[in-house]
Amino acid sequence: MVEPHTAVPVDPAARAGYLAPPPRMGFFTDTSLCIGCKACEVACKEWNLVPGSGLDLLGMSYDNTGALTANSWRHVAFVEQPRPVGWQTTAPLAGLPTGPPAAPTTAGVGGAVAPEQGTLPGVVPASDAAPAARMADGAAFPGTPGTPPSGSGDRGRRAELRWLMMSDVCKHCTEAACLDVCPTGALFRTEFGTVVVQEDICNGCGYCIPACPYGVIDQRRGDGRAWKCTLCYDRIRVGRTPACAQACPTESIQYGELDDLRRRARARVERLHADGVTEARLYGHDPNDGVGGDGAFFLLLDEPEVYGLPPDPVVTTRDLPRMWRRAAVAALAMAVATVTAFLGRAR
Amino acid sequence: MAEAHPVGFQWVMEAKRRGATVIHVDPRFTRTSALADIHVPIRAGTDIAFLGGIVRYILENELDFREYVLAYTNAASIVSEDFRDTEDLDGLFSGYDPRTGTYDRTSWQYRGHEESGGGHEETATERESAAGLRHESHGPPMSGHVTRDETLQHPNCVYQILRRHFARYTPEMVERVCGVPREKFEAVARAWTENSRRDRTTMLVYSVGWTQHTVGVQYIRTGAIIQLLLGNIGRPGGGILALRGHASIQGSTDIPTLFNLLPGYLPMPHHAQHPTFGDWCASIRSAGQKGFWSNARAFAVNLLKAYWGAAARPENDFCYDYLPRMTGDHGTYQTVFGMIDGRVKGYFLFGQNPAVGSAHGRAQRLGMANLDWLVVRDLFLVESATFWKNSREVETGEIVPERCRTEVFFLPAASHVEKEGTFTQTQRLLQWREKAVEPPGDARSDLWFVYHLGRIIREKLTGSTRPRDRALLDLAWDYPTHGPHAEPSAEAVLREINGYEVATGRPLASFTEMRDDGSTLGGCWIYTGVFADGVNQAARRKPAREQSWVAPEWGWAWPANRRLLYNRASADPEGRPWSERKRYVWWDEESGQWVGEDVPDFEKTKPPSYRAPSGASGVAALDGVDPFIMQGDGKGWLYAPVGAVDGPLPTHYEPAESPVRNPLYGQQASPARKLYRRTDNPTNPSPPEPHSAVFPYIMTVSRLTEHHTAGGMSRTVRYLAELQPEMFVEVSPELAVERGLTHLGWAHVVTSRSVIEARVMVTDRVAPLWVDGRVIHQVWLPYHFGDEGLVRGEPANDLFGVTLDPNVLIQESKVATCDVRAGRRPTGPALRDLVADYRRRAGLDGHQPPVVTVDTDRPDTDRPDREE
Amino acid sequence: MGIRTRITSWPVYRQLTGTDPLGRGAAVRSPRTAALSPRTDTADSVARSVCPYCAVGCGQLVYVSDGRVTQIEGDPDSPISRGRLCPKGAASKNLVTSELRQQRVLYRRPYATEWEELDLATAMDMIADRVLAARDATWEDVDDQGRPLHRTLGIAALGGATLDNEENYLIKKLFTAMGAIQIENQARI
Repeated sequence: MVEPHTAVPVDPAARAGYLAPPPRMGFFTDTSLCIGCKACEVACKEWNLVPGSGLDLLGMSYDNTGALTANSWRHVAFVEQPRPVGWQTTAPLAGLPTGPPAAPTTAGVGGAVAPEQGTLPGVVPASDAAPAARMADGAAFPGTPGTPPSGSGDRGRRAELRWLMMSDVCKHCTEAACLDVCPTGALFRTEFGTVVVQEDICNGCGYCIPACPYGVIDQRRGDGRAWKCTLCYDRIRVGRTPACAQACPTESIQYGELDDLRRRARARVERLHADGVTEARLYGHDPNDGVGGDGAFFLLLDEPEVYGLPPDPVVTTRDLPRMWRRAAVAALAMAVATVTAFLGRAR
Repeated sequence: MAEAHPVGFQWVMEAKRRGATVIHVDPRFTRTSALADIHVPIRAGTDIAFLGGIVRYILENELDFREYVLAYTNAASIVSEDFRDTEDLDGLFSGYDPRTGTYDRTSWQYRGHEESGGGHEETATERESAAGLRHESHGPPMSGHVTRDETLQHPNCVYQILRRHFARYTPEMVERVCGVPREKFEAVARAWTENSRRDRTTMLVYSVGWTQHTVGVQYIRTGAIIQLLLGNIGRPGGGILALRGHASIQGSTDIPTLFNLLPGYLPMPHHAQHPTFGDWCASIRSAGQKGFWSNARAFAVNLLKAYWGAAARPENDFCYDYLPRMTGDHGTYQTVFGMIDGRVKGYFLFGQNPAVGSAHGRAQRLGMANLDWLVVRDLFLVESATFWKNSREVETGEIVPERCRTEVFFLPAASHVEKEGTFTQTQRLLQWREKAVEPPGDARSDLWFVYHLGRIIREKLTGSTRPRDRALLDLAWDYPTHGPHAEPSAEAVLREINGYEVATGRPLASFTEMRDDGSTLGGCWIYTGVFADGVNQAARRKPAREQSWVAPEWGWAWPANRRLLYNRASADPEGRPWSERKRYVWWDEESGQWVGEDVPDFEKTKPPSYRAPSGASGVAALDGVDPFIMQGDGKGWLYAPVGAVDGPLPTHYEPAESPVRNPLYGQQASPARKLYRRTDNPTNPSPPEPHSAVFPYIMTVSRLTEHHTAGGMSRTVRYLAELQPEMFVEVSPELAVERGLTHLGWAHVVTSRSVIEARVMVTDRVAPLWVDGRVIHQVWLPYHFGDEGLVRGEPANDLFGVTLDPNVLIQESKVATCDVRAGRRPTGPALRDLVADYRRRAGLDGHQPPVVTVDTDRPDTDRPDREE
Repeated sequence: MGIRTRITSWPVYRQLTGTDPLGRGAAVRSPRTAALSPRTDTADSVARSVCPYCAVGCGQLVYVSDGRVTQIEGDPDSPISRGRLCPKGAASKNLVTSELRQQRVLYRRPYATEWEELDLATAMDMIADRVLAARDATWEDVDDQGRPLHRTLGIAALGGATLDNEENYLIKKLFTAMGAIQIENQARI
């Protein structure tokens, strides 16, 4: 279901002091075209000279990156599910001697053993097995030795199968909490409306880390500074495509003017729905959501949580003005009290 | 395709966006399956049964593109009355000799051609010399004049033979053999046939999942039969696309570093078949043959002239006697066994890592440990360079460094950006690469290495009068060099490959300019034209958006810059496009020539109405309706009277190792497969042999997107290594229960050759199958891992033995049987003890399974004597 | 930098006087940010190349500065790849600049337990000697019926699928002239 546009989109660049800024630029990541090749992860690292993120087999399907971190600015999530996807005309495992699916258990195991990614503090990828296990929604696989072979008596319990892949990235929020809380001006809004960390300004205070409603921005171990996707600010300034979108073999990652991308995305959802892929939906496209809409938004084939995305992200600084007002009142009261006290003593 | 060729897959996505149905047949659910409309899990090693079912479906329902089939294929050709099918002989064709394991192909010939079949000896020679590979550019030699029945009713016409041959490949049989449920099979059959013929075409894509089998050539033959029956060859959006896995593996086949070929698919001479130049030329082309291959003598002369320059003259047969002669199989596996046996002294490795990438890794490493010397040229210290200090054989004590005499030279190689030259990609397109930077340190191009090695060797031989040294001393080896390291000019080499007029140096524009009198030379006739007009055509880079969708001005494709082979077939017999949607190349009556999107693959001005006069041969014998201009009869072959040594038609045989008794025929595995019967190369038993239950599971291997082949170019690269950091084995949840395997725990996989360990990946993407009433489990492993690099793991190819396809001598390394056990493997000498124990339990000590199946449980049919 | 420039470029000054009073965008751009440009723009040269991994043949642009590869990315002009690369193609710079690349000739003596370094010219000479010795030791002139063989089965080679056509051509030419017949590559595998 596509939400109709109700509000005039805010132009964050104009709000950040750019006179006549260029159109807001962004990413539309269409997961229905993703083949999980991870070219985006590598192209990003090659261009931005991002360090390696560790050599750990995570067991989360083919995801060995785990999460967006200071050392992985694109992250391809892989979700194996015992469910159909709209373009399949036959169930992949129909008629085979299958038992219950493995997915919940394996995802859980993968989550439980996933080590830290060499970054601080950030989000340790899937450190909690439960959300990982939610990636799949089939019945639990017994997985214990001694259970009779499911194939022998248990024909065809597992027929459906789909493998979702999604290249995640910084959302470049319209209301970016990381930027709001940055005390040094290291995080700033570019003329394209994107949110970028200036590595020569960042002092590693880390305030931005808990502020991000998506758990994207992260401090690099041994360096201390915060790092994340810049939407290849250096490239887009001269009219070039960001490295990940340039490499993406199947145009799953599309870069362009945000308004144009939103139009394209709506058309794509309509087309997919018409083709029977009714599970297609957009995420992060709506300027009325808790972060004012994302500069990098997605076409998903399942609920956001399945991909490790928060269902209703809210800018963590949303309540700040109200809090500041209260704090100001309190401060004023205190000041009055103090002055009164002084006055009283002087008396 | 999405796994191993992601950027090529963008065109599948493009087709999908335009409404194409994508079908993916694979034992496991891959990244390709994830995007497919239909995924077909199949038992590894049973594709001929599956495809044979499609052939039957087409024929039984008369869904073939009859007009195309009649005009362009050999469906109407009549085959010898002496031919007997596998239907008659329980899995053998007529002419089988159980003593040699080869066929006398006399009875397979077209009627009236029986004399050209060749006896057992010829077939045996072809098998030993992988003669099938020659046909990559052209059909096998045969006379062009064939008896036909255009009504397709003659009981011995190809069409009827085909019908009878595939009659038993019913949907029920497909289900029984392949484990593919009937509904799934029928969905594929419907989609394929409905999307073919006049207005539509279907493309078939395969890779080494088809070639690495004992019946690999016949897999592809089955695909070709379907595509010909449906009119999908020579037409846009159709065809059979081999996705090759290395940057220039097509080039290294065209300009072969292969024992049995010379450039342009000329055969390496055989000592008995080609003692003289005349014998050699005569064997390449057959008298009366149609088509361009009849100019073979000119191609051969031009090659010899390119090799030996001024020394190659008509009076000395252009130095033909300088060519070394084959006496049999000199393929890479034979060579490795030759190393183990001490016959091979020295070995060069050029960017290849057989310790990980070739089947039977232990044999590879033990072979290298028994050389006098080894030269490894690579970017990195790969496993094949360090086997003497870091390998499992060192762990088990089979290689002791202090007792291993192999002298090893590691010479660092230049990378693709540090040298210039051409790669030939998977669609025969040559693309020139510019040099970006100098190679670091001692790194040099292989061009530099070979050129200077030749130069030094020739200097050392100066003054030699020994006849054996003449071939080296007379060699045309005077390439211009440049730069501080005296780098030879790759462009000069490409010019020689293209060919030129000897007197003037004018580059040839086409192989039709090649003369057989020594006045022209050219190193690879099919590449002639790449330097036409003195311009490096492979360096052309006209942007895609500035030219037609065929993009003829990007690089250069052999032959003659044709992008789609046999494209005459894209027009109907009268020369009109089959449909507007599928127009590509057609006859323009007004201008009197073939025109269209591509270079027509036909004589430009030969009209569709042309009929060759009787007695014509060569190009003149091609009728205006003979699109397959490199075939001896100008037709696409549904039935192959010559060319394949293991049968004129594809037949389902079980893999050399299978847990399943062949449900189709008494003959279990291919009776013509090439075996090396050695105690160090055991084969796991298959039914009806006893003890097959010792290795109850099927294993198959393939690539991951994140890695490349034997890992030498990916496990060494940080950004790739971290994406797939460890060796693992994919198992179904059902098998995990059966074997007590836990996700991310350890398992070891055992065959009669070796045992390797891997982390366990329990996944729904691998599923058990119902095969012939039983549950059959398959496991999957990536084959990228080895003991060097940033990430390490045990090589899956260690598990395979060596049994080959008889046509091309490619090993069966896409399917084997195995056992899977929980936990880590034993270490040190205990590793070999475990494998020895398995061999003992499987009854393999001193026993090799017979080639011709002996089955006491089955009633004997009309079959020849069996080998005891 | 004059005192005036220093003051006007001070973010707080810009924040207070400019269009970005909250200091979120224009006002807080650092000098580094202001000067940012893609490193490919300043490359000394760009070579048109082809990906060295699989056989799809994707176009690559190789950017070079000061004799070093600074970036490899897809060539948008290519009708095959349209500028796109898979993870392997995208990692090509890492491949050619990898710190694991062996840059010196290494030599392992018979029965040695470690490598030693060797001069390239010496190595070439030693290899040539070994080729000639192995060839002489295993030379076959004629078969048992006197038909020519003109060959050695004592020398073999494997590899070529990752090399250039020109390299394969010279390998085949030299080894054929040498009489070595067991010349193979991945196409057999």
